Amino acid sequence: MSILMSILGPVAMGAAFGFLLQRGRVTSCNVIENQFRLRDFTVLKVMGTAIVVGGLGVLLLVDTGNTKYYVKDANMLAVALGGALFGIGMAVYGYCPGTALGAIATGSVHALVGAFGMVAGAILYALTFDWLKAHVLNVWTLGKVRLPDITGVPDIVWFAALAVGAAAFFWWIESSEAERA
Amino acid sequence: MTTIAEPMVHAARRTRRIDWSPYVVGVGIGMLSWLAFAVFGDPLGVTTAYSRIASLFAIPVVGADAVAANSYWKSMPLKWDYGVWFLVGIPAGAFLSAVLSGTWRLELVPEVWRERFGPSVAKRFIAAFLGGVVIMYGARLAGGCTSGHGISGGLQLALSSWLFLGVLFATGIGVSAVLFRK
Repeated sequence: MSILMSILGPVAMGAAFGFLLQRGRVTSCNVIENQFRLRDFTVLKVMGTAIVVGGLGVLLLVDTGNTKYYVKDANMLAVALGGALFGIGMAVYGYCPGTALGAIATGSVHALVGAFGMVAGAILYALTFDWLKAHVLNVWTLGKVRLPDITGVPDIVWFAALAVGAAAFFWWIESSEAERA
Repeated sequence: MTTIAEPMVHAARRTRRIDWSPYVVGVGIGMLSWLAFAVFGDPLGVTTAYSRIASLFAIPVVGADAVAANSYWKSMPLKWDYGVWFLVGIPAGAFLSAVLSGTWRLELVPEVWRERFGPSVAKRFIAAFLGGVVIMYGARLAGGCTSGHGISGGLQLALSSWLFLGVLFATGIGVSAVLFRK
């Protein structure tokens, strides 16, 4: 890949991602807070659709040898603790890291303030990394496993269940939103 | 005729918002993931590159030697790779979308926050900063964020990512219930 492509390519991908996030209103702090308050399901609608559509395509790409999986380590204690901290931070901040970067560019000054907090959080993590590695990161580690591996249930069944479950859930959400409107 | 139509046109322009259906946006992000996997071999993600960049900010705080000797940044040094350029693109795309849709505006205290905690800018900034600290520490501990774990890991049916998603939403809903209690 040429130098130009290795810069323009990712910038274009990021720009497409940022454009979609903004158009989908998830760069709005109000939309994210109201997801956690169960008043607005935009975040789940975006993520659920992305997971099913993206997952089916990637499954096909992997099966045809056009890509491979990039699965993160299942360090169960670290992921559970990290997920909990992430949930606390996201409820208070009102953004996740990606949507925050988008929000800054749409005029959200408090998102920019939080971005400096995120820098501080990253520095704090690096400074405590040795302790975490000794006490947290290596507790209950299962490796780079996927749900189909550990359950024996094939990929396509997982996606069928996810698609049907998501469709039923969103249909119910849409009809109750229409009732309220 | 014109006397009625004109104010309506103005009202329509003021309230014009070109939002897309969240399902359309979800399909778009899903298809973007296909490209990320097949063309670039680098799933969508934010915080890995973010912590690479954070090492730059760490130099004046803890000193260049401490950063160079840090075992985490040794495994994740600052380099201008795919992930870092991807981060540069996100605000560019969001800015373009906001300007094109006429939704760009300065926001110091978001509406939902103001309703509950009042109009104090200082209060909101402090909370945003602390929330930022906690969210990034959590993201690095878990090994990803809503993009890297939530979408990219979720669509790979990764065990770690579905654990992350479950804990994240359960905690977020619980904390919000306490934060926004009446």
